Amino acid sequence: MVIRIMAKLKSLEDFRDEIDQCVKCGCCRAHCPAFGAEKHEGRVARGKIALADALLNGDVEMEERFLLDMSQCLLCGSCYAQCPNKVHTEDIVAATRREIAKRKGLSTFGKGVGTVLKNQGLMNLLAKGGGAFSKLLFKKIPEQSGLRLRFPAPFISSDRTLPPLTAKPFRERHPEIIPGDVDKPTVLFFTGCGINYMYPDSGEALLKALKFIGVTVIIPKAQVCCGLPAVSAGAAGTVESLAEENLAVFKRHNYDYIVTACASCLSGLSHVYPGMGEQFDEYQDKIKDIFVFLVEQEFAEKLAELPKVEKPIRVTYHDPCHLRNHGITKEPREILKALPQVDYVEMEAAGTCCGLGGTYSVYHYDTSKKIGAKKAGFIQESGAELVATDCPGCIMQLQDSINHADGRQRAVHILDLVAEALPD
Amino acid sequence: MLNREFIAKLQEIVGKEHVETDKADLICYSYDATQRKFLPDVVVHPGTPQEISRIMQLVNEHKIPVFPRGAGSGFTGGSLPTKGGIVLVMTRLDRILEIDEENLVATVEPGVVTEQFQQAVEKVGLFYPPDPASLKFSTLGGNVAECAGGPRCVKYGVTKDYILGLEVVTPTGDIIKTGGPTMKGVVGYDLTKLMCGSEGTLAVITKIIIKLLPLPEAKKTMLVLFDSIDGAAQAVSAIIRGKIIPTTLEFMDGRTIDCVRQATDLQVPDDAQAVLIIEVDGDREFLAKQVGKISEIIKPLGVVETRVAETPEESEALWQIRRSVSASLRKVNPDKFNEDICVPRSKVPEMIRKIEVIADRYDVPIVNFGHAGDGNIHVNVMIDSKIPGEQEKADKAIKEVFREALALGGTMSGEHGVGIMKAPFIPMELTKTAIDYMKTIKKALDPNNILNPGKIFPSDG
Repeated sequence: MVIRIMAKLKSLEDFRDEIDQCVKCGCCRAHCPAFGAEKHEGRVARGKIALADALLNGDVEMEERFLLDMSQCLLCGSCYAQCPNKVHTEDIVAATRREIAKRKGLSTFGKGVGTVLKNQGLMNLLAKGGGAFSKLLFKKIPEQSGLRLRFPAPFISSDRTLPPLTAKPFRERHPEIIPGDVDKPTVLFFTGCGINYMYPDSGEALLKALKFIGVTVIIPKAQVCCGLPAVSAGAAGTVESLAEENLAVFKRHNYDYIVTACASCLSGLSHVYPGMGEQFDEYQDKIKDIFVFLVEQEFAEKLAELPKVEKPIRVTYHDPCHLRNHGITKEPREILKALPQVDYVEMEAAGTCCGLGGTYSVYHYDTSKKIGAKKAGFIQESGAELVATDCPGCIMQLQDSINHADGRQRAVHILDLVAEALPD
Repeated sequence: MLNREFIAKLQEIVGKEHVETDKADLICYSYDATQRKFLPDVVVHPGTPQEISRIMQLVNEHKIPVFPRGAGSGFTGGSLPTKGGIVLVMTRLDRILEIDEENLVATVEPGVVTEQFQQAVEKVGLFYPPDPASLKFSTLGGNVAECAGGPRCVKYGVTKDYILGLEVVTPTGDIIKTGGPTMKGVVGYDLTKLMCGSEGTLAVITKIIIKLLPLPEAKKTMLVLFDSIDGAAQAVSAIIRGKIIPTTLEFMDGRTIDCVRQATDLQVPDDAQAVLIIEVDGDREFLAKQVGKISEIIKPLGVVETRVAETPEESEALWQIRRSVSASLRKVNPDKFNEDICVPRSKVPEMIRKIEVIADRYDVPIVNFGHAGDGNIHVNVMIDSKIPGEQEKADKAIKEVFREALALGGTMSGEHGVGIMKAPFIPMELTKTAIDYMKTIKKALDPNNILNPGKIFPSDG
């Protein structure tokens, strides 16, 4: 039985006060990755807020330039992080995109995302067929595997590096409950699409880490996409129904925490969901990024006890926007630094966006590549062999950017390195 | 609306993709940090001085006003297209052309962002001191046009002190050079200084020659809490009298600290009524000595607590209090009118007292913070303009603040400029004769009054 609890996203009208909070100081110009690449006022938070305001006041039509400007946002929240008045431009843009969808209908792409994400069977089918077509389409396939379903095939540029989809999705490989020690906490693992379909090995790595400390893991089969790609596409109905399904899943099980190993999912669960109604509030204290959870469980200390490797690999860290925005910057680094095979090095501008930005990279691959090229440069300058992060989307984009820059580095999930360090 | 033929000519000059007339684009170039809005008719993004020259010739034929724009982060409306016409966006001209380490001189285009330039020169051990609060996003062209200041000006001076020469396009379309890369130069009138702070009314800046300094080896930051604003103000004078010029001497008054306490969880003791952030720079061994001397000087002046940062991270933590001010003020009152009067620094305590009287008289909260070291006080009148009568009270209070600042030998603007926001008030500071001479200069350079018209002067004469 599916329990239906209504979830409702805010409308653009609900953001009027937030829009008024923008004083047009221009600070966002220093921090917006899209503006950094294009240098047009329509690309930056301040411009988008002016446009959203004009739309609410009937001063602008949803014409080509307006739509372009509104599509030119990665929803990364870099502007919010630095905004003196803490205006959530990413929420205002998402609400504007929903308004566009409401008045003009979802774009073909938005519709595609909606259909695919809402349909488990289609997701699995696509996953199974993915390996074959990806070989034809993609110029270079890195060792890490997977394909993000937020990128339907017809929209993918042929020079993008994408990993193939896994033949057997992560959640199909395991029973719903993997018991651990009775005196240890129980966690619900919210896998997200990235790990389920693209990077199942990172999911396996998470299980290995949690088994190592005796934690019981629940992997609900009925969980669905967090909805963040649909937020990006302006598909309000999709976001709401996905949230409702996940809420039903959260209610059905008993656990101490919900853990994610994907920054975007964390943001979906702990930033987007609370905006849809009080019914999500009770889960907010339970939702944790995996590295925050591991640090709380004193995992870094346990890693430090492992014998050091003689020739460690040099590794740097990329902050996913959706962790940085939630103030999670220390914990992933703490785990990385504690790993016996890792020689950690900090790169310049570790906290700037990789350039993926949900559906952004599909619409604006050229701009996305420009943003990624900067990142690839910083990775190269750091002298690291590996760039580790905590978000499948970032991993994919980082690898693509590195390949375009003819770099030799690999992008990996921190969990992959954790699993490598732990005894079998 | 401009006719199609005119737009076509603009497109021919700069290329079709650099001319914008869609409503969405016009909206995006209609505002600045004053939050006023004026819709232009067309937005043009030129790529060379020659293109700008041709644009100026064209607009003189058609009598269309042109409004140059950098980052659009000004506080007085200097870049606002108040009469429609063309917004001339200068940010495509964003190259650092040369950093000359032998002569300590750099040449840049106007669209370079100030902080990016600072980082570039610091990489080779050089230093460009002017540091307006907007330095992460404002452009050097805008900084020169407004003669931007910043906290470091106590010791190092303002933007114009670093500008050796310019290349500009005049309102009639001539490209001329003023000054040059030498440290000395007295041939002819100093047009460079005239252009600095002229708010884009006399010419469009297309190249800037900048003087650089060697980068100081280190800096040290102290945060000192005082039990009274008088104590803090006396401390400023005492430090300077003690022959120490700190890099920065920032202060915040009691009301500002209250806002910070209310809006953030930063730890500020209850008995602190004023804060000074003091920074010194120079050779490492010399700094500890300076910090000791400053502590000694200010000790008798009601110091509640002194915090000294030993690392860049600790320094950043001290600055957090200052950086949280803007957002904190807004949480307490929605609308903020930020004026930037400047008085001789010995008059700062007197000015603060006068402002307190004005706040009481008009029953509006006024919070003060800013650059105590050079007498530049940011006076923030806080109101909710949606409440009837509040705006009028604020206007009266601001005028009174100007009057008092002028009476103390000060000026109504230390670094923000006049633009449209202070234009009605300048007859309080300048005599009619002085204003007429300025207008004569403007008219000589811009006979058709087409370059940034409606700025600085009370009304177009």
